[in-house]
Amino acid sequence: MKSVPFDYVRPKTLESACSYLSKDPNSLVLAGGQSLLPMLSMRLARPSILVDIAHIKELKIIENKRETIKIGSMVRQADALKDPDIKKYLPLLIKGLNNVGHPPTRARGTIGGSIAQADPSSEIALVAVTLGAVIKVHSTIENVEFLASEFFLGPMMTAIPDSGCIFEINFPKPTARKFGTGFNETAPRKSDYALASASAYVGCKDTGEIDNIKLGIGGVGDFPQLIDFDQHWDRKQNKKSITNAIKESLSEVDFVSDYHASSEYRKRAVIELAYQSFLEALGEIGKANNEN
Amino acid sequence: MKIELNINNSIKVYDVEPRLTLLDFIRDEMKLKGTHAGCEHGVCGACTIILNGEAVRSCMVLAVQAVGDEIITIEGINAKEERTGELNVLQDAFCEAHGMQCGYCTPGMVISAEVLLSKNSNPTREEVREAISGNICRCTGYVQIVDAIMLAAERLSGRNRK
Repeated sequence: MKSVPFDYVRPKTLESACSYLSKDPNSLVLAGGQSLLPMLSMRLARPSILVDIAHIKELKIIENKRETIKIGSMVRQADALKDPDIKKYLPLLIKGLNNVGHPPTRARGTIGGSIAQADPSSEIALVAVTLGAVIKVHSTIENVEFLASEFFLGPMMTAIPDSGCIFEINFPKPTARKFGTGFNETAPRKSDYALASASAYVGCKDTGEIDNIKLGIGGVGDFPQLIDFDQHWDRKQNKKSITNAIKESLSEVDFVSDYHASSEYRKRAVIELAYQSFLEALGEIGKANNEN
Repeated sequence: MKIELNINNSIKVYDVEPRLTLLDFIRDEMKLKGTHAGCEHGVCGACTIILNGEAVRSCMVLAVQAVGDEIITIEGINAKEERTGELNVLQDAFCEAHGMQCGYCTPGMVISAEVLLSKNSNPTREEVREAISGNICRCTGYVQIVDAIMLAAERLSGRNRK
């Protein structure tokens, strides 16, 4: 369990980091290291140079902007969990983060690192896809940005160009004054990779009428994805109607089967998890209604 | 690569390979064998140390990454008692409540509990379980470990005068 030998640099600016990345095709970005270090130890990754971005100050900032919350790629998961703006505007991200690993890995792991890793079970990636976050990547050639739903291309595969480094992720703030969120997953044990996960955002008009539903699923396919639930739901708030709509919106999803779980199991689990998440979101709106 | 590290309040310059994990550095270079090497890929929690006040897995940090950080290992958690060879209240509670059997997971468990109690002097059993959720024990079934941490919390906050 020892890594191959490699060089290590600790640039102070994003420019300098990307310049290192562009010079060596076998270079890798090191953020919190909570996914990369095990891969190094198992020699699944054999880089010639690691570019540690932990000392680039601009990557550690969380900013409350007009329409979005901007989260620097090097923001640690534990710090995001404590941030008042994220708590206020992105409760779904908080719910997802509480399912990421456990306290020691969250103390080191970063928001950008988890997104760049693109694990199919990643909670942060699922929330980014569900809410329609925008991922911004810097490279020596240009800055590019991706909608989260177009960023993940396969297991551990993203649209990051060569010599690119994620520098910020912009999560849109809720557009509705009343909104609810839900996040649920199932894993063999706490902190393990989720076999299936689902996250929901429901926004409604001031009259109480639901006008925006986002339902995302993760852990069951090659990457987290949005499902077309809204199109299939007949607006009846009973379990049968909601579950049927979820089932219909899964027709295009390619469920994976491996030795952890069969595709049939993943499908059954994700239907229930999506239902629970949607119900949780509806419940929060109900609560908001009573309060007003 | 020459780096300056602060381990158990001792700051020194060391010459290390970039690929050396903080775990291997602590055990093999510092000869501090209290931090245990278990799975070496972030699953078991036996190698947990305190880095800037947070419980962190030393197998998932490179020694070169820890420049400028304050590192405390199991050997350094009770600096006051160290000179007399006494256990601190938390370690004592692990003995008293039978919070260990083989002892392999114990340094990691104690570190996770130490960090929890430094932030929350009156945790619930659920909060204790969350704090040690990254530490695997194959002997005790966790019940006595949670008992031990609850006992230490009681004693540290002066609620148990026994």
